[in-house]
Amino acid sequence: MRPRIQLLTPELIGCILCEAFELLMSPGVRVGSAPLVELLRSAGVEVNDGVARVPEPLVRNCLASAPPDFYLYNRQGENAVHYGGDDVHFDPGSCCVQMLDPDTLEARPSETRDLVRLIQVTETLPQFAAQSTAVVCNDTPSAIGDLYRLLVVLQHSHKPVVTGSFSAAGLQGMIDLLAADSGGRDNLRKKPRAVFDVCPSPPLNWSEFGSHNLLDLARVGVPAEIVSMPLAGGTAPVTLAGSVTQHATEVLAGITLHQLAGPGSPVVWGGAPAIFDMRTGGAPMGAVETAMLNMACAEVGKHLGLPTHGYLVATDSKFVDAQAGAESARSAMLGALTGINMISGAGMLESLACHSVEKLVIDAESIASAYRLVRGVEMRGETLATAMFAQIGLSGEFLKLKETRALFRQEQHLPSPIIDRSVRGSEPPSDAFTRARARVDELVSMYQKPSLPEDVLRKFQSIVEREADRAL
Amino acid sequence: MCGGSQFFDSGPEYNPGLVSLIPRRICVGGSLSDQLLQAMRQSIIDGASDTATELAQQALANGVAPLEAVNQGFAAGITFAGDQFGCGQMFLPDLLASAEAMKAAITILEPEMLKRGSQREALGKIILGTARGDIHDIGKNLVATILSASGFQIFDLGTSVTPEQFVAKAKEVDADIVGISALLTTTMAGQKAVIEALDRNGLRPRVKAIIGGAAVTQKWAAEIGADGYARNAIRALELAKNLMSKAMNEGTAQA
Repeated sequence: MRPRIQLLTPELIGCILCEAFELLMSPGVRVGSAPLVELLRSAGVEVNDGVARVPEPLVRNCLASAPPDFYLYNRQGENAVHYGGDDVHFDPGSCCVQMLDPDTLEARPSETRDLVRLIQVTETLPQFAAQSTAVVCNDTPSAIGDLYRLLVVLQHSHKPVVTGSFSAAGLQGMIDLLAADSGGRDNLRKKPRAVFDVCPSPPLNWSEFGSHNLLDLARVGVPAEIVSMPLAGGTAPVTLAGSVTQHATEVLAGITLHQLAGPGSPVVWGGAPAIFDMRTGGAPMGAVETAMLNMACAEVGKHLGLPTHGYLVATDSKFVDAQAGAESARSAMLGALTGINMISGAGMLESLACHSVEKLVIDAESIASAYRLVRGVEMRGETLATAMFAQIGLSGEFLKLKETRALFRQEQHLPSPIIDRSVRGSEPPSDAFTRARARVDELVSMYQKPSLPEDVLRKFQSIVEREADRAL
Repeated sequence: MCGGSQFFDSGPEYNPGLVSLIPRRICVGGSLSDQLLQAMRQSIIDGASDTATELAQQALANGVAPLEAVNQGFAAGITFAGDQFGCGQMFLPDLLASAEAMKAAITILEPEMLKRGSQREALGKIILGTARGDIHDIGKNLVATILSASGFQIFDLGTSVTPEQFVAKAKEVDADIVGISALLTTTMAGQKAVIEALDRNGLRPRVKAIIGGAAVTQKWAAEIGADGYARNAIRALELAKNLMSKAMNEGTAQA
């Protein structure tokens, strides 16, 4: 039996959806993209002053055309991430602007070298099924920043990528990069390597660039991950159930826009909901209520039979300390127990304002533990214990049993040296951060950069030059 | 010896199935081929007792000197296994399986060694037991297995051994080292009692006293005047080898 947590009763999910459909009609949803407004009107939707009143039957039709699951593929063309069912994957948090300097313990603007280091470590860790465009590279022009981040990831990784674009114009260049990597747009549609986060603005607002990205992604068939971000008490109702309702409304609207533009195109019921901190006005990503929001939002998506995403394994601490470990490990467990398909956020500090590669390797241990937890307690072999006792009687020699050697790797997660279980010896013990620094160095030394075909690299270069000419 | 783990993947899919890589029959003349040596070493690393037994029999059938088979083949495997355990690439069940495979090979080769008068020289004689009142012997048994597989002659007195029993056995076999294990803080005092008994009987400093156990620390070892302390079976092997080496200075050693 796979262990799971369920926060919402079926009745409560019914109420959430019922109110969400009400909200879609009144007050309705703001839609910024003119082509999408036209699509909505041609589907019979009333749009006045940029606000669409979207009727439930249309939304239900669009939910029906959205695929219940899909795969992301790695560079080798193998399916590496399954969005659907209760499968759980993790990727590092995205688009951070600062990096924790492990020497000074200060947050400084992130640069290309930081992104490369994060990619290298993520590439070597099996806990991360996908890369993310993890940090903004402040050493490159921001006008082509989205494209550049994706380029760096594609150059350094075989894994699928969770990415996104902060502008409508920038998205095309990113699609071109992925198409070059996959061998053309048809191949990219058949075997997408990336999913794009697309965010509505709370409350109930699909901005011009957000909705335009939905349109473009749906048309090229590259998966869109709708990341709704209600802040309970700030930009959304203060109650968890109320914020989950707002989240559902925004995502239902997004799926409707997306499926109208490209019926059957893959789309994810995603989110980065959080509570609103009443002392600081911030979004505490490590709060248990933030985790509960992510879990509840995903439960609604699962109820609708859609692939899911959430933002967990992050912390509000400024350092890789006990708070960071406690908050991140807790939410990794909760996300896994909920069966969220893609859980973003590992490595992130300071309420998503700062990334740390040292935290990323510690989070990988929490994720491994979470994976172990959801495997549950399994029956192995014909008997549980009697066959083993039949071999050794009362001698207690379990360590010598063949079964012990054959099964201990399945029964126990064997942690990396980051987790200290050693007996105190002659050398002074170290703390987790010190061990994480050593682990990062070790993983970076193990990393091997992929060798990309010359023609792909040439295509990359010409796309980047074209986009630079356009944007700069 | 740490670093890359090409021999052992600690991931969940790991399956200790390297045995299949070993050639099943290797023709050799009087001397050992590199291939056979490698197969012997690998059988120990894999903890494959059956293969180790088969290879030992094959060596004898081909007229290979048994001592050579041990020293140049099988022993390299146990050394490698110990190193891999030390750096976290191998685990206790693997290590035990390696030690068992080593024992299996020695069992086949020993009669021939006796016949030839070329018995493997024991690295030393070691008395082992848990302190009086302590019945926890997993750690002590591990130490016994590893030390034995590595060439020490082990006299295992079992659990809840009195100081007098330790002393009597040490005199009887002319032991080099006495190892006292204690899991509980309440039975650690028993380690001190054994060391005092060895002193009273004039066996020390010639006979070295070493201690181990979950709660045992270097500080405790120094406090009760032990000659050494080790925190796991592989460290115990290093400690015992250090103590046996002529260059070893007197005083408390630590592994």
